[in-house]
Amino acid sequence: MTDTSEQTGDALRLRGICKTFGGVRALDDVSFDVARGEVHCLAGENGCGKSTLIKIVTGVYTPEAGAEMTYFGERLDGITPNVARARGIAVIWQDLALFPHMTVAENIAFDEMVGPLPRLTRPGQSRGRAGEVLRRLGVTLDLDAPLNSLPIAQRQIVAIARALMGDARLIFMDEPTASLTQSETDGLLEIVRGLSADGVAVVFVSHRLAEVLEIASRVTVLRDGKLVGVYPTEGMTQARLGHLMTGTELEQAVTARDRSAAPPVLEVQGLSRAGEFHDVSLTIREGEVLGLTGLIGAGRTELAHALIGMRRPESGRVLLNGREIRPRSIRDAIREGIAYVSEDRLSLGLIQPQSISDNTSISVLDRLLNGMGLISSGQKTDLVQHWIEELAVKIGTPDDAVSTLSGGNQQRVVLAKWLATEPRLLILDSPTVGVDVGARAGIFRIVRQLADQGLAILLISDEVTEVLHNADRVLHMRDGRLRAEHDPRATSVDMLEAEIYA
Amino acid sequence: MSRLRKALGVETLPLLAMLVLVVVVFALATPRFLTAANLGSMAVQLPVLGLLTLAMLVPILSGGLNLAIIYQANLSGLTLAWVLLSFGGPEAGFGAFALGTVAAIAVGALSGLVMGLVVAYIGAHPILVSLAMMIFLRGLGEFMTRGGDISGFPDIMRVIGHGDVLGIPVPLLIFLAAALIWHIMLRRTRHGFSVYMVGSNIDAAEYSGLHTKRTLTLIYTISGMICAIAGILMAARFNSVRVGHGEALLLVTVLACFLGGIDPFGGFGRVLPVVLALMILQALSSGLNLLGANQHLSTAVWGLFLIGVMALRWAVGQWTSRRRRET
Repeated sequence: MTDTSEQTGDALRLRGICKTFGGVRALDDVSFDVARGEVHCLAGENGCGKSTLIKIVTGVYTPEAGAEMTYFGERLDGITPNVARARGIAVIWQDLALFPHMTVAENIAFDEMVGPLPRLTRPGQSRGRAGEVLRRLGVTLDLDAPLNSLPIAQRQIVAIARALMGDARLIFMDEPTASLTQSETDGLLEIVRGLSADGVAVVFVSHRLAEVLEIASRVTVLRDGKLVGVYPTEGMTQARLGHLMTGTELEQAVTARDRSAAPPVLEVQGLSRAGEFHDVSLTIREGEVLGLTGLIGAGRTELAHALIGMRRPESGRVLLNGREIRPRSIRDAIREGIAYVSEDRLSLGLIQPQSISDNTSISVLDRLLNGMGLISSGQKTDLVQHWIEELAVKIGTPDDAVSTLSGGNQQRVVLAKWLATEPRLLILDSPTVGVDVGARAGIFRIVRQLADQGLAILLISDEVTEVLHNADRVLHMRDGRLRAEHDPRATSVDMLEAEIYA
Repeated sequence: MSRLRKALGVETLPLLAMLVLVVVVFALATPRFLTAANLGSMAVQLPVLGLLTLAMLVPILSGGLNLAIIYQANLSGLTLAWVLLSFGGPEAGFGAFALGTVAAIAVGALSGLVMGLVVAYIGAHPILVSLAMMIFLRGLGEFMTRGGDISGFPDIMRVIGHGDVLGIPVPLLIFLAAALIWHIMLRRTRHGFSVYMVGSNIDAAEYSGLHTKRTLTLIYTISGMICAIAGILMAARFNSVRVGHGEALLLVTVLACFLGGIDPFGGFGRVLPVVLALMILQALSSGLNLLGANQHLSTAVWGLFLIGVMALRWAVGQWTSRRRRET
C-alpha cells in the first residue's frame, strides 16, 4: 500500500509480525507502517490484536522469529519497555497510568524524578520543563493542582505532556476519547494535529469511527489477528470501515417509526432542579425509543437520576402509566418499573470482580427466595441461564467474574440484570461507551426488539449518529433545558451536530 | 472434583490438607496430642476465639473491620454478670440467666447498631468508627468496674462453660451452631448476598437496587450480637468478667480470617475455610504447648504460618496462571 518514497520517511515499519498465546494466534503475519508525523489509526474490534501489536512495538512482548521491525530506519530488535521509552516510543493507555494524588507538574515530569539510582530531584526545574511542554501543546493547566482534581479530558492532556517530556517521536493512544465529551474530544484532536505538525507520529486507537475518519490520514484495519488492509481515510465512510472491521454488513440506517398513537408510559411535566434541569416536559410512549442528546453537562444524566430517585426534583411531576410517582431511591424506581443502565459500566453498572451470575440476579433477589426465605440456587441458575440465552451473552461459565467479559458482553449482562426486573421504562445512559462497533449493532438490535415488545426506552447519548439511527424521536438538551425535538427521518447527522455544537 | 471444589470453595481443600498435616506432625511428635484430654481442652478453647472471628469476618467481607469486638464482648459479659448478681449471684435462677442473656445480646447489638449507623449514614471509615467504639467501651467498662473482676455466678454458667452434650463440649456446640448460621446467612440470604456485593463495590450495589445502608447497619449489629455470645461464653469459662479479658485475641481473629482466605479488601471469602483456619491455629498452639514450648513461641509460629500461607497462595497462583496460558 505504501510507495517507496513514503517508506524512506517511515517512523515505524513492521513486517511479518506473528505472536501466539497458548494456541491462540493473536497476530498472524501483520505488517504495519507509520510515516513521520502521520496520524495513523489502528482499527479493529476487541481481540483483533491491536493491543498485542502495541505491546510488541513497545517491548512488552517479543514477536516470533521472522519479524522485521525498523524505527526511523534503525532495526528495533530485542527492545524492552525502557529502551522503547528512551528511544521515544510512548504509549498512553486508556487508564492513563498517572498518579492521582500528585500534582500536574509531578505527573508530567515523573520520568525525570525516578531512575535506577536514588538522587535528589529538582522540583523547580522539573516544574519549569513541565510548563514548557504544556505551552508547546497550547494548553493552560494549573501545574500545582493535584491530578485527581482535574476532569478526565485534562488528565489525558497531562498523559500526553508526560510522553512529550520524554521526547516522544511516536505516540500510541489507546482509546483516548472513550470517556470524553464531544467538545473535549475536539480539543484533544486539535492537540493531536499539533503534534503531527511538529513531526510526532501518532497512532490512534478508537472505537468511534467518526473521529477516526476525521483525524487520521490512513487507517490500518486488523481482524482476528490478521491484516485486512491499509486504507486512506479520504473517501472512506463509517459504514465501510465498520464493515472492514467486523467482516459483516452493519445496519447504519434510521430505524425511526411513528409511535404517536401508542399510549404514553412516561410523562414528565415541568420537572426542575436548580442548576441541573429546568422545566423539562417529555412523553415516552409504549414501544417508543426516545433519544436524548446534547453536550455532557447539559443535564441529561441529572434528569435520568431524578427519574430513578437518585435526585429529588424541586418542582414538576412525573407520571408513569398515568399515575404520579415520586421515587425516593433506586429501589422505589425499580418497584415502579423503571430500570437505569448507568453510563459508567465499570464502576456503577456492574460489580466487576463478582460473578456473571450474581450480577444478573442482583436486582431480583426477592423473586428467587424459597419457602424459608433463603435464596434458591436452582431458581437463580434458571434465571441466569434464561437471560444469557435470551440476550446471547458469550460467557465461559456463569461463575466467572463479569470483568472477564468484553465491553459488549458486559453491557448485555447489565441489560439482563435490568430486564429481569420486568421494567416498563428502560433508561439507557450512553450504553455503548467502550463497546466496539460490531457489538454496538448487537446491543441496538436488542434495544429495537425490546421496543417492539412494548417497552418504553429513553436513550441518552452524546453520539449523534447513535441516537439518530436508533431512536424514534430525538430531543436536544442544552443547559438543562429541552431545546428542540427532531424526527430522525427528517433530519441528518450534520444538521443535528450543527445545532448541538452551535 | 471440580464440583466439590466449587461447593466448598477453593480454599477449603488446601486448608483441610494443612490441618491434617499439622495434626499428623504433632501426633507423631507427642503421644499426648491425640488424647481425649487434649482434644477436649482444644474443643473448649477454640469457641471463644471462633465466635469472635465470626464477629470480625462479616465486617471484613463488607470491606470494613470491627476493632471493638473484644470490648463489645466484655461489656455484654458485664451486663449478664450484673443481672445475675442483682438476682442473688450464685443463687440466681434460670429466669435471671435468660434475662441477663437477652440484656447482654441487646448491649452487643446496640453497640454494633451505633457503629453500623455511623458507618452507613455518615460514611465514616469502619476502622475509625470501631476504634472509637473500642476506646469508648473500654473506658466505660473500666470506669464501671474500677478495673476489677466480677464473679460469683450460678451453676448454669458452669454448664455453659464446661458442660457437654453426648461428650461434645457445650461451647463447641454453640460455636458450630453459630458457624452454620453464618454459613447459611452468607451463602443463602439476601443480606449475605448484599454483604459480598457491598464489599466489592458499594456504589454499584446501590445502583443495582440493594439497600446498602441497611446492609452495613445490619452487618455491625449482627457482629455485636455474636460478640455478646462470645462474652457470655468467656464469663462462663473463667467464671468471672473483667474488662480487657481476651484483649490478645483481637488481632488473632483478623489473622484467622485472612488465613481462611477472606479477601482483605472485601467481597470474597467463606465461613468453612475460616473454621478450618481456626482449627489449625488451635492445633498449633495446643501442640506446641504439649511439646513444652512457651505460649509466646506459639504466637510467633502463628505469624510465621500466615506468612507461609500467603507465599504458598502466591506460588499456587503463579502455577495455575502459567498452566492456563499453556493450555
